[in-house]
Amino acid sequence: MKAALSAFGCGSLFGVGLLVSGMTDPNRLRAFLDFTGNWDPSLAGVMAGAIVVHGTALWIERRRVGAPLGPQAAIDARLVGGAAIFGVGWGLAGFCPGPAIVNLGRAPARAWVFVAAMVVGALIGEAMGARRPSRDANASTTRAPAC
Amino acid sequence: MGVPELERAIAGGGLIGAAATIYWRVNGRVAGVSGIVSAALSSKSERATAVSFLAGLAVAGLAGAALTTSVAPATDRAPLLALAGLLVGVGTRLGGGCTSGHGVCGLSRLSRRSLAATLTFILTGALTVLVVSRWLPASRGS
Repeated sequence: MKAALSAFGCGSLFGVGLLVSGMTDPNRLRAFLDFTGNWDPSLAGVMAGAIVVHGTALWIERRRVGAPLGPQAAIDARLVGGAAIFGVGWGLAGFCPGPAIVNLGRAPARAWVFVAAMVVGALIGEAMGARRPSRDANASTTRAPAC
Repeated sequence: MGVPELERAIAGGGLIGAAATIYWRVNGRVAGVSGIVSAALSSKSERATAVSFLAGLAVAGLAGAALTTSVAPATDRAPLLALAGLLVGVGTRLGGGCTSGHGVCGLSRLSRRSLAATLTFILTGALTVLVVSRWLPASRGS
């Protein structure tokens, strides 16, 4: 229960951060990618603000444990290919997962179509991952690391 | 873009960083939204936590509807939105993260994989916008 409450609070705070920064506006989110047109650097500011706060917290932890945090796997074709596919989707709609979910109650028709398709895509992606022979026998129960 | 907008962007980013830090500290998880969606779909042990986080995101959006005005569509075409959602879903699962998972959490912990992923999705996103704005101007909406 405590974990669920904390998670709900974190999700709310995350959503407020997206709203304050203006990243829930698909045109602005896509304008960050529009380098040859009306480029809007807002997302770089959002990432910088977030990385200063979160990066400092992780830096303190890294100094405490004296080792890199999290998985340090190699850069592979699956990572780069997946990221490339994600970028195309973001560029088409001006949505990435966080802002799309915040918009479910604000721009219902558009956001629901996008999020429903995203859920289907995530299930397809997991099925593709689970079939990969390089993963172990527990592949169907293991998720790709979140980052 | 005016200075107040950039300040708002950085301040909003700070809130996102704080949320990611609390989620990591208290819940022991990475605040990557695509990873949380995936956990809500297919991890029995993490489902309650993941669904709570996503509910918080959506509730923030409802509250924000009263405060902010514009949710201008980048596109209104349902087939295009569906295609985009599908690509985002597949791509974030294969690539293991999205703007928050790789771009915020991964870069915060100095992950080389996340740097590679972030540069890649910004590059293909930029190319997509370039192509779409050249050849499909009607889809730009307002």
